[in-house]
Amino acid sequence: MRYLPKSESERREMLEACGVSTPEELFAHLPDAVRLNRPLDLAPGISEYEIVQYFRERADQNANGYASFLGAGVYNHYRPVLVDTVVSRGEFLTSYTPYQAEIAQGTLTTIFEFQTMICQLTGMDVANASMYDGSTAVPEAAMMAVRATGKGRVLVAKTVHPEYREVLGTYAKHQGMPVEEFGYVRESGALDLEDLERKMDDLTGAVIIQTPNFFGIVEQVKAAAEIAHKRGALLVVIFTEAVSLGLLEPPTDADIVAGELQSFAISPSYGGPYAGIIAVKEKYIRQVPGRLVGQSLDSRGNRAFCLTLSTREQHIRREKATSNICTNQALIALMATVFMTVYGKQGLRELAEQNLAKAHYLAGKLKPRFTGKFFNEFVVRAEGKTPEELNKQLLKKKIIGGLPLGRFYPELADSYLVCATEMTKRADMDALVAAAAAQPTAENVEVTA
Amino acid sequence: MIEKVTQHLSQNEPLLFERSSPGKKAYQLPELDVPAVDAAEALGAENVRREIEGFPEVSEVEAIRHFTRLSTWNYAIDYGMYPLGSCTMKYNPRINEQVARTEGLAWAHPYQPEALSQGCMEIMWSLEQALAEICGMDAVTLQPAAGAHGELTGILLIRALLEKRGNPRKKILIPDSAHGTNPATAAIAGYAVENIKSSETGGVDLATLEQLVTDDVAALMVTNPNTLGVFENNIARVAEILHRKGAMLYMDGANMNALVGIARPGDFGVDVMHLNLHKTFSTPHGGGGPGAGPVAVKKVLEPFLPTPRLKRSGKKLAFDYKRKHSIGRVKAFYGNFGVLVRALAYALAHGGPGLKNATMDAVLNAIYIRKALEPYFDLPYTSPSMHEVVFSDDRQAKLGVRTGEIAKRLIDYGFHPYTVSFPMIVHGALMIEPTETESKDEIDVFINAMISIAKEIETDPQMVKGAPYNTRTSKVDEVTAARKPVLRWKP
Amino acid sequence: MYPENFRYTKEHEWVLAEGDTGTVGITDHAQQELGDIVYVDLPKVGSHVEAGKSLGSVESVKAVSDIYSPVSGEVVEINQTLADAPETLNTDPHGAAWLVKIKLSGAAEVQNLMSAADYLSYIGAQK
Repeated sequence: MRYLPKSESERREMLEACGVSTPEELFAHLPDAVRLNRPLDLAPGISEYEIVQYFRERADQNANGYASFLGAGVYNHYRPVLVDTVVSRGEFLTSYTPYQAEIAQGTLTTIFEFQTMICQLTGMDVANASMYDGSTAVPEAAMMAVRATGKGRVLVAKTVHPEYREVLGTYAKHQGMPVEEFGYVRESGALDLEDLERKMDDLTGAVIIQTPNFFGIVEQVKAAAEIAHKRGALLVVIFTEAVSLGLLEPPTDADIVAGELQSFAISPSYGGPYAGIIAVKEKYIRQVPGRLVGQSLDSRGNRAFCLTLSTREQHIRREKATSNICTNQALIALMATVFMTVYGKQGLRELAEQNLAKAHYLAGKLKPRFTGKFFNEFVVRAEGKTPEELNKQLLKKKIIGGLPLGRFYPELADSYLVCATEMTKRADMDALVAAAAAQPTAENVEVTA
Repeated sequence: MIEKVTQHLSQNEPLLFERSSPGKKAYQLPELDVPAVDAAEALGAENVRREIEGFPEVSEVEAIRHFTRLSTWNYAIDYGMYPLGSCTMKYNPRINEQVARTEGLAWAHPYQPEALSQGCMEIMWSLEQALAEICGMDAVTLQPAAGAHGELTGILLIRALLEKRGNPRKKILIPDSAHGTNPATAAIAGYAVENIKSSETGGVDLATLEQLVTDDVAALMVTNPNTLGVFENNIARVAEILHRKGAMLYMDGANMNALVGIARPGDFGVDVMHLNLHKTFSTPHGGGGPGAGPVAVKKVLEPFLPTPRLKRSGKKLAFDYKRKHSIGRVKAFYGNFGVLVRALAYALAHGGPGLKNATMDAVLNAIYIRKALEPYFDLPYTSPSMHEVVFSDDRQAKLGVRTGEIAKRLIDYGFHPYTVSFPMIVHGALMIEPTETESKDEIDVFINAMISIAKEIETDPQMVKGAPYNTRTSKVDEVTAARKPVLRWKP
Repeated sequence: MYPENFRYTKEHEWVLAEGDTGTVGITDHAQQELGDIVYVDLPKVGSHVEAGKSLGSVESVKAVSDIYSPVSGEVVEINQTLADAPETLNTDPHGAAWLVKIKLSGAAEVQNLMSAADYLSYIGAQK
């Protein structure tokens, strides 16, 4: 087998050196009762070509060549060619966690650059080397805020991504961390600051908001920060669309910024792997979960990088660790690093401006439901048909429409969330507009199979 | 004497920000096919940022050289063996990288209609089936993003079941030989941790266990084979003791590379376990992640698995969100799908018989190394090894050299160090796991290197203590890095 | 090496009782075991500590150790210099690197601790 680099004669030599004649004898010490006495019920191994075919057939069972208006936490952005060129290098792809600094300066240096760029982007002082994804960064940020303030209650906006809130709920349940939600304003789609003010109390350690929020609306971070800080809570600001930071004022009034970097050259890949980040103000540095890379000197006096502040982590502090996390999404973070390098200071802004232009062109024709200012996503009320019916029509034109919101917001069941990025073509936007306006007829509407 | 490495021209390279120059570009966006929009008008002037201060500005050529030069400062599996115990650093098959990038898979949006996602769902279904068969379990969730995440999921499942039975209980028992994620996970799941001392042979002591398992104990978290690389021969009895007292057996699957095709945790009494796809199933470490930590369970825990679950009706697959007893979500969407693709590709390449052969080669390699190094390094636990072997530095410590220093000298010989100082039950541990994808040649060079170092320690311990000498970067001052942390570049 | 007027714990802390104030620190043996110290986590002034319970922790690069209070009482002062110079714990653990001053609630507790001579035998036996 091509992954097992031994010839039969080498295997025999090694077995002899071990004092046995067959490999099975190496397992002789196992109790009979535990052994599997039959072959695994899995088909025999296949060739490389057959593997390619297998996955090609699976891919053919998926949507192929469809234009898509889906956003909702996962965005279609162009992936510069350099990204895969760099991450495909064996030195990055097949290397281990950089615990041995002398032979991992490649990884450590790129992570240090990553941490720096995240700080520059978010306006925070310290960023970690990434969390699993945006959704799990939320409970980690909440737990951090609770640790830092000593106050256990969490308030989270309903306009934070619904699945992120679900994950927060799962973690919170077992931490004795009560979580309550506060709403949004019906007309604008933005945070209901009065509702937040009403629900705030002195037991709250964290207030969590998202900007742009799940509806794509840009939030008033400063106002939310004031309400939180007045009562001694920390403000956690989440983002799911990293490209927005190319144009939007960074949330410097936040104490903790947590978010998802999928937009930075990470394939949508049916939900993962992605990379989350947590970035904080200086004073919370020792509360941050996950790996941190720091700058130092080697014994010859040259600049060198190493993992640092490790005593926060599980492998040392065990049950008192800031988190149980071991992995950081190093390779994914590297994709984001290369993306940020390729676009750079000017490019990220230009990219964001293109996203803004595309979405606002579409909004000009589709009429957003909310009055709030938005970046590249907005909510539309479907006219004369349900969002599901509209999407069925669009599929016939090989267009995947926006996300019907009924599954997450029953009060918005007549509406859908639509996203346009730099990859969205004008012709597809025009087709979406036409289908949305078209009267339902026998040909347009099909009954569900 | 040092066979594997010699000197090589190593390019210098500053940080991106030190390379930057205003106006340099590595990108070009197409012209807009819609009118441009004034950002201040669309977003509100107060919401528009001025510029991203300090962000890099380099050309494409400089970008590619930057990352290429940096990459050459790394060791990697593609260069040679990582004898890291407990990490299973096996070859990352390149075909896995290619298939993960298949367009219809890489660009699939998690919210696209299920009818147009059947290919992704088939992949997940097939992997679930394969893992259930390999582990001897009834159901699998692919949602957790990493091993520690899988551990948390597993413990939450136990809590949910026990809660349904009337009492979630208060404590989790964890052997003192366990990986740090185990107690950290238990704490996050809201349980107190009680350490259980390992027996003289490094396993679970049955008498101690019998005593410690009270009505307050929810579960024992065990790794099998344990972190000494030794199979827990009493595992069936361990399970029996726990089950008799209404507690559950969780298995950390980090060492599955010793068991695939040979023994199945579900068959020896494990109720729930996680797998590390980035260990046993060859998905690349990529410098620290991503991974994936699927959790496999017995039927009794199935109702509590994270939502949604795949269900099949005839040819069609769908996600079931109506799961009353589920613990909820542990991650948005469905799991690290891109990692799952790679793991399935690995399993398809080996097939059933192949996976067992891989396990046998993994164990053969470890025992071969053990036999060769036994005359030179102390073996604190003499039970039969499986896929990894743990020595201690006792002999060398008498001459003033500790495991961490031996590890650094190994770098001069062209290898990444083995796992240092873990597990905690061995003083000065050297934990070595070659995996099945190492050739006899590579292993012999490794053995010769270790023997050479053992001899160096006898004649010139001071020299060994000062290693490494041959690396581009010498020993990094971790003390100052921790005392005065500098975690970002500043102009 | 080990001041006669200090009292010592099995967990390698020392306390110097002067009237109703106890000054607490870690011993030279402790700092040797820990290696280069990078950070000290101390309680807030005004907080209450209990004999035998953790009042904070001390960190080296690769390890964290809890500091167990030898005495019970209220923390009236903490050593601010350790924030910027944790390395003092390595160079002067019995002097400049004192950790906290406690207003003793049970002065008798100190009598139960080891004398310098007892502590020396204790650490001698540990080897």
